[in-house]
Amino acid sequence: MTSHTRPWTDERISRIIATLLRSGVTSAAALVLLGGSLYLARHGLEPASYRVFRGEPSAYRSVAGILGAARHLSGRALIQLGLLLLIATPIARVVFATAAFALERDRTYVLVCLIVLATLCYGLGAGGP
Amino acid sequence: MNVLHLTAVIAAGSLIAGLVGALTGLGGGVVIVPLLTVGLGVDIRYAVGASLVSVIATSSGAAAAYVREGFTNIRVAMLLEIATTLGALLGAALATHLPTAIIAVIFGAVLLHSAYVSLERLDPAKAPGKPDPLAQRLRLDGVYPSPSGPQPYHVRRLPLGAALMALAGTLSGLLGIGSGAIKVLAMDRAMELPFKVSTTTSNFMIGVTAAAGAGVYLRRGYIDPGLAMPVMLGVLAGSLLGARALAATPSRRLRVLFAVVIAILGMEMLFNGLTGKL
Repeated sequence: MTSHTRPWTDERISRIIATLLRSGVTSAAALVLLGGSLYLARHGLEPASYRVFRGEPSAYRSVAGILGAARHLSGRALIQLGLLLLIATPIARVVFATAAFALERDRTYVLVCLIVLATLCYGLGAGGP
Repeated sequence: MNVLHLTAVIAAGSLIAGLVGALTGLGGGVVIVPLLTVGLGVDIRYAVGASLVSVIATSSGAAAAYVREGFTNIRVAMLLEIATTLGALLGAALATHLPTAIIAVIFGAVLLHSAYVSLERLDPAKAPGKPDPLAQRLRLDGVYPSPSGPQPYHVRRLPLGAALMALAGTLSGLLGIGSGAIKVLAMDRAMELPFKVSTTTSNFMIGVTAAAGAGVYLRRGYIDPGLAMPVMLGVLAGSLLGARALAATPSRRLRVLFAVVIAILGMEMLFNGLTGKL
């Protein structure tokens, strides 16, 4: 049977969601591990101090800043890039579920997923600095 | 303490956090925040940022296994996520107008009471009740794997469950922690889902709730790569171990673990509320 004729069932959706979550988490972990190794190799013996909150430099706070610094193989920027991927994983599964319920022709749940997605986007956008 | 030493200590603690978080459906924040603040003297804002990372890592790491094995009820999760995400927005908007310390004290007391009730009745009689017409129309009923083969179950009292989920979302927006506890209680007590379905579905949902808040914390500079790295990797390893252990662990033992952890969470909330640390 080709994928065109295979019916969209909840079991199939579950399997794909499981794969999606696993790939997202695995690639995020790989990036964090790579960035972490670079960071520890360069700064491992420095004293650690987190007693006072200083806030992160802007290079580690925005998507553009993280991408820019990661290109220069900054260990900490690579970690942040992995964390961005980690944050994107649950959002990606809501996006996928929306599409999957649409293929399953389950209009109620397409609406449900769209409401969740809209709320998520609002929350991600409206947070402000 | 140098960076290497700190990283090793945090990674070890995070492994335990991930294991407990994946088994109870609570995420790892219950362990991560006190470990970082009380144990290692880290500023609370860095700790909250790291805790959020741990919740997403536990959720997505363990959920991959739980979804495939058929524990997680995806329809229940998606439907209730409307209530939790809207609640989280409401909570974040109200946070500056409400006395969060008093709310933390009340929430702490509720958790301690829930822990007591859970320990008192470890095997609540869950006779497979009559199917609920609303839940049937929304195709919420499911089947989950049990030691004696696939076990069908009905979902009941959806409106009450949704109201509790909205409350869970609001509290997580207000206090920045603790939404998993009410999620599990709402599904287990109000909606009468099997305990393992409740914890794994909560585990599935908390990732989305946390992702909604993560953007804000990242922009505010709460997420430090040096702290988040051992937290994420440790929690992920722990959550994968937890996901392996869940199927073989008797529900009764999971209930005891859950009760102990929400009791600790309740005490943390009481402490933070009374000392004004929120």
